[in-house]
Amino acid sequence: MSITPADIAQVASLARLKIPEDALQDVTDRFGRILELVDELQQVDTTGVDPMSNPHDMQQRLRADEITETNARERLQSVAPAVDQGYFLVPRVID
Amino acid sequence: MTHTDLCYASATTLSGMLDNRDLSAVELTEHCLARIKRFDSQLNSVITLTEEQALVAAQAADQRRAVGEATPLTGIPLLHKDIFCTAGVKTTCASRMLQEFKPPYDATVVAKLSAAGAVTLGKTNMDEFAMGASNETSFFGAVANPWDTTRVPGGSSGGSAAAVAAGFAPLSTGTDTGGSIRQPAALCGITGLKPTYGRISRLGIIAFASSLDQAGPMARSAEDAAMMLNAMCGVDSGDSTSADVSVPDFTASLNRPIAGLRIGLPREYFGGDLDPDLAAHIHKALSELEAEGAQLVDIDLPHTRQAIATYYVIAPAEASANLSRYDGVRFGHRCDNPVDLMDLYERSRSEGFGAEVQRRILVGTYALSAGFYDAYFKKAQQVRRVISDDFQRAFSQVDVIAGPTAPSIAFHHGEKAADPIAMYMEDVYTLSVNLAGLPGMSVPAGLINGMPIGLQLIGRAFDEQTLLRAGHCFQQRTDWHTQRPTLAGTSS
Repeated sequence: MSITPADIAQVASLARLKIPEDALQDVTDRFGRILELVDELQQVDTTGVDPMSNPHDMQQRLRADEITETNARERLQSVAPAVDQGYFLVPRVID
Repeated sequence: MTHTDLCYASATTLSGMLDNRDLSAVELTEHCLARIKRFDSQLNSVITLTEEQALVAAQAADQRRAVGEATPLTGIPLLHKDIFCTAGVKTTCASRMLQEFKPPYDATVVAKLSAAGAVTLGKTNMDEFAMGASNETSFFGAVANPWDTTRVPGGSSGGSAAAVAAGFAPLSTGTDTGGSIRQPAALCGITGLKPTYGRISRLGIIAFASSLDQAGPMARSAEDAAMMLNAMCGVDSGDSTSADVSVPDFTASLNRPIAGLRIGLPREYFGGDLDPDLAAHIHKALSELEAEGAQLVDIDLPHTRQAIATYYVIAPAEASANLSRYDGVRFGHRCDNPVDLMDLYERSRSEGFGAEVQRRILVGTYALSAGFYDAYFKKAQQVRRVISDDFQRAFSQVDVIAGPTAPSIAFHHGEKAADPIAMYMEDVYTLSVNLAGLPGMSVPAGLINGMPIGLQLIGRAFDEQTLLRAGHCFQQRTDWHTQRPTLAGTSS
């Protein structure tokens, strides 16, 4: 299945990336080559095979529901681009 | 010791010298800092040098030695790949996105090595967000291979590998998602170990693909790697995927004989595509292990080829999720004058990420998107299990699997940069090991046209000991790991 520049623009939008018009064809071509490579997956018969998300099939450990973190807001917000009174600042969302 | 002897002395030797007061940690640290400042303009292996902090840490190490509270690493200088968070010290991941990022905390690996008394000299260059096999995707410029500066050092831990090969420090940290410790180790002629998935905490390692990422030691011998690994492992409440398994003393078992060790040679690694010179060197290396009583056995890893496809779905998919945190709001690069929230997201991310990172985010987003999830992501996770089962089957016959680390010697800058697929093939022998979560190590095994090559050893889950033992045994019989590049302006 071939992929079109319009498809790539849609995927980019989902990924919150902006691809310049003049680069779109090139990005699409390279993307298409990667898709050809990953299509080799379809050669493998995986009937009845469980997907593997952790290489040791490890389960998440549970712990007691106790407070282990102290408030680190100021420390963590010290690296933010724009904050005010403990809030992250972004452009106006609601008029 | 002469200047050159000191910069190429093993961490084990230096530890003994510090212990005997033949050398102080401050002297050693000053020596390494001076060498980096003098020669790194040729390599570009270091992004941030932390000179002042290093000297403070070295003084503390000397005091610790004086009161008899030292560990083997106390006073030993090392460099951290710039993917490990260092509190208050720039941690860029070689990206414009994190160009000014100073983490509010230390990665567990950094904290553990510092607690052992190791002296951090600075942060090393790498492929942006660890995505690459040549160290050419760094926002801070490519790294040069110390053996030939027209060639790449490999990647993504290319700065860490080049720095250790150039005698800037005896040790460095790396991370390996598909070969990023082992391939640069091979191309720069050093020893690099990717431990079992879960062996080392990922807390504070900037995430690429969370089910594949693993930190490990980069050194000039298996013995030094073992010493460093001793201080890096262990379960961590801050990483729920860190394994709650006992941690052996990796140094203690180094000298146990390897007689009777069964070493599997996958037919798929030694097939028609393998460069004949490289094949000859690998066979010669294996005959050294055979001479120590190891037994060579032909095995099959039938889905080696499909591992590339599997990896290039799973790793980008996980990366696209992990890198969604860079939104221009909470930390990292923010574009100027955003007109609305979508503009803020899109421009911050497009300006902050380089081409390869954006490419992988796109592939991952596509593989996870509605309508394609089953065909790509779920299918890749199923094939991942098939690949893991191949290894399980092989390890019922053998104790270690061996082959080349990379398909060729270091290539020239720009040679593979235009074709993402050619670059992806660099990791054909390494990335299946990450998919299966197994430990893998590269040791220097020869020179072709004056450039190093690596022998890869792959082990059972949590059996790094056997890899280190086999690597150490090989290095007792050969001197490939003591070969040195010549930097311009030195006699060595």
